[in-house]
Amino acid sequence: METSVDKELSPARVKTGAGFSSKKTPDTVSTNKRLKRSHRQIRAENIFRRTIMIVAVATVVLVVGIMITLAWQSRLSIQSAGLGFLWGKVWDPVRDIFGVYPFLLGTLLTSFLALIISVPFSFAVALFLGEYFPKGWMPDLLKNLVELIAAVPSVIYGFWGLAVLVPIVRSFETAIGVNAVGLGIFSSSLILAIMIIPYAASLGRSMIQMVPANLKEAAYSLGATRWEVIRMVILPYTKSGLFAGVMLSLGRALGETMAVTMVIGNTSLIPKNIFSPGNTMASVIANEFTEADHPVYLSALIELGLVLFVVTVVINMIGKRLIKGVSK
Amino acid sequence: MKIVKNLAFAALAVAISGSMMLTSCAGGNNPKGADSTAKAGTEEDNTILGAGATFPNPLYSKMFSEYNKTTGLKVNYQSIGSGGGIQQLTSKTVDFGASDAPLNGKQDSAMSAPAVHIPITAGAVVLSYNLPDVKDTLNLSPDVLAKIFLGEIKKWNDPKIAAINKGVKLPSLDIQVAHRSDGSGTSNIFTTYLSKVSKDWDAKVGKGSSVNWPVGLGGKGNEGVAGSVKQTPGCIGYIELAYAIQNGMAYARMQNKAGNFITPSIASITAAANITIPADAKVSLTNTEAADGYPISGLTWILVYKEQKYNNHSAERATKMLKMVQWMVHEGQQYCAPLNYAPLSANAISVADAQLKTVTFDGKPVLQ
Amino acid sequence: MSVAIKYRIGKSTAFKTLVIVLSLACVVPLLFILVYILQAGITKINWNFLTNLPKPVGESGGGIANALVGTMIIVGTASIIAIPFGILCGIYLSENKNSKLAYWSRLCIDILQGIPSIVIGIVAYFWLVKPLNSFSSLSGSMALAIMMLPIVVRSTEETLLLLPDSLREAAYALGMPFHRVILKVIVPCGISGIMSGVMLSVARITGETAPLLFTAFGNPYLTTDITKPMQSLPLLIFNYATSPYNDWHDLAWGASCILLIWVLLLNIFTKLITRKWKVQL
Repeated sequence: METSVDKELSPARVKTGAGFSSKKTPDTVSTNKRLKRSHRQIRAENIFRRTIMIVAVATVVLVVGIMITLAWQSRLSIQSAGLGFLWGKVWDPVRDIFGVYPFLLGTLLTSFLALIISVPFSFAVALFLGEYFPKGWMPDLLKNLVELIAAVPSVIYGFWGLAVLVPIVRSFETAIGVNAVGLGIFSSSLILAIMIIPYAASLGRSMIQMVPANLKEAAYSLGATRWEVIRMVILPYTKSGLFAGVMLSLGRALGETMAVTMVIGNTSLIPKNIFSPGNTMASVIANEFTEADHPVYLSALIELGLVLFVVTVVINMIGKRLIKGVSK
Repeated sequence: MKIVKNLAFAALAVAISGSMMLTSCAGGNNPKGADSTAKAGTEEDNTILGAGATFPNPLYSKMFSEYNKTTGLKVNYQSIGSGGGIQQLTSKTVDFGASDAPLNGKQDSAMSAPAVHIPITAGAVVLSYNLPDVKDTLNLSPDVLAKIFLGEIKKWNDPKIAAINKGVKLPSLDIQVAHRSDGSGTSNIFTTYLSKVSKDWDAKVGKGSSVNWPVGLGGKGNEGVAGSVKQTPGCIGYIELAYAIQNGMAYARMQNKAGNFITPSIASITAAANITIPADAKVSLTNTEAADGYPISGLTWILVYKEQKYNNHSAERATKMLKMVQWMVHEGQQYCAPLNYAPLSANAISVADAQLKTVTFDGKPVLQ
Repeated sequence: MSVAIKYRIGKSTAFKTLVIVLSLACVVPLLFILVYILQAGITKINWNFLTNLPKPVGESGGGIANALVGTMIIVGTASIIAIPFGILCGIYLSENKNSKLAYWSRLCIDILQGIPSIVIGIVAYFWLVKPLNSFSSLSGSMALAIMMLPIVVRSTEETLLLLPDSLREAAYALGMPFHRVILKVIVPCGISGIMSGVMLSVARITGETAPLLFTAFGNPYLTTDITKPMQSLPLLIFNYATSPYNDWHDLAWGASCILLIWVLLLNIFTKLITRKWKVQL
């Protein structure tokens, strides 16, 4: 492979190498050895440059390949259902009716509920570490612990949720008098909420630390309290950064599969309230992908994957753009 | 000029990285391939991959474990659901599929070559429930069952349930229905039965391996449904008898066509299975005429391609697999009863043998 | 002091208290999970658990040797694919900060990072499982490698950017060719930052389940053939956790415990290394 690259490209050698060698070639025999070595090195250098360039191109090819694969494999379903796919209310593989509205709703409900629960916590952590206690062993420990939350595998969250959280939620549901299953959108939102805390928290922390000290000092010198400084100076200054953190959390929540699959109850019905069982786009794929027994069904599942891909990518991109805008 | 050069370079890079990706797959293969020819007998050809029904999984895993002890053949059976077994056989990613639902027309046409159904055992789909305070075994009638799964009966102390369970103190708990979330032959047996006994069900839901359930929670596999029932008070779900017994779960007596309430057991399944099996072995045992037969029983099949020569499938592999299936139909039957599956009747065994003999490799029968 | 000022100070203190309480409350579920899993799992781990194969359904006993070996092979193969690839890409991005290709490549790395794992599983199924006509651990490794890539690339790129230019200039001044400057000077200097990214990515993919569902597939026997289906720890936990069998739950707790300890160790180790480097991952 590499030799072919070399043969193909060595005539069109880049500026650094070619000029240097052509000037020195008609020299004496004694320098020949050294010349050979430098030739070899130039060649190695070129190979190396090409290799890293090819690798960079390959990342682009990889992503384009993923998009093409998803789009191509879901063509059957796109042709047969079109856009109605998105708001069809019934998912009935036996009758070939594929509407993903219940899963769309399930995904949005779980993700946004999880966000609502987790945002106060992540902002609190961000303020705690970024503003109130930026140094010391205690905040350090807290920071590391919060980051560990992101490290625990999602299947373990799911298992723990099934064994510990679901019974608690069930007794809570019994207490407030709704259908007491335990499994459902509420349980999965709780699990998700825990899982996504670190994303918004760590980004928020670094954004808060970037607030210029003189701004804060000016506010203090005018007699503002800590809370007023946070509200009037820090929040407006870090607004878009905090929002970016929320977007990253949201992207993570939308794509999360295993923990949700284990506790959401897996039913294709439209959820009646936040305590009913449901399904998210990711959990449907996890449950049904290996057993879709005819082509349209399989293709509908892949289209679901495509939708999920597009949504998460867009949300992540918005988040990344915001971060870039802030750090400039 | 510069743009052209850049473009040419980019095109080359794309081509190279593409081929690199391909060769990386192939490269991953080759050394391993060479490796496995060296120890061909031990590793490569000695595993057979199967996937499908969760319904007979306790039995199959026992059988395969015993078969491994006697012959050394490793059978990797993944219980992903009957729908999965059929799908993976269709896309030829497994050597055999297993299903408790015979192939329907749509699935048949999706396959590139015909497959044969080999019956292995019969089992019962039981209605398992989780009512911690109820010690007696509940009775269920077809009508009540359909109404529960349609979501029309919502409480355990509904008068309709109480009417067939005189003397049982029923709690006023909400009924939680658990069903399968994956494509399942167990669901197929269950919904076929409900469609036979309830017009309402037939009109609203119908039968199939993954229907659009009107109520309830989904669990993955028999394991998942049993898990949901076991962990949720007030839950009712349909699972294979072996799962209920192995986990000490309560299961209901079902009223059959003759009007008797029948406890699922080997005897009552055998009674239901005591019919003449057609030559293609595709038959439903639900809603049996037998007076002491359990009404929600079903056969479970192993599916293999009729013509074993496809892709890089070797004759040796085909022979090993069919010998294994033959063993399951004959010697393997001794493991059925201890796990509460009904062994095949003599009639069914002869049908299975006849089916096995139709399997060919390159046109020649594999088993003589 | 006037009432208004007292009120303002009171509000400020109240907010501070709220922040402290909420922050500490975040840690509670984590500690709860850690303690619960370690407690439930540690008692299940013994020699038989580590060295035996699983028993047939419903029989007690058995171990998770197949999953342990499987996870090591799957993660190992994924690392072999992703680490060199990721590091080279990171080098490209740090050396050609402003080229068009770097822009697109960076964009694609960002996209890769956002793709849900389950979608990568679908893609791996169509790229490797379908064409090769068999589920295989290699396809699982491929999926995991794609997930590792962004983390390795990012950590390499950012570490190398932190290195002072004078280092590179000094090496060039001695007449070293480009590849030797990178491989012998720049990369060794940033190796701990790169390593931390590598370890973090390994920690992340070890617990990843979703893409393995349709690629590695599972296997009750021990196998080392990467073209065959293979069991892995996260798959085992998922399958056993949702089952009704108490024995399987025990195996799953033990497996969770091992997985958790491994992931935590990797993370703590990474933390120790990155102290030196202020790399934001």
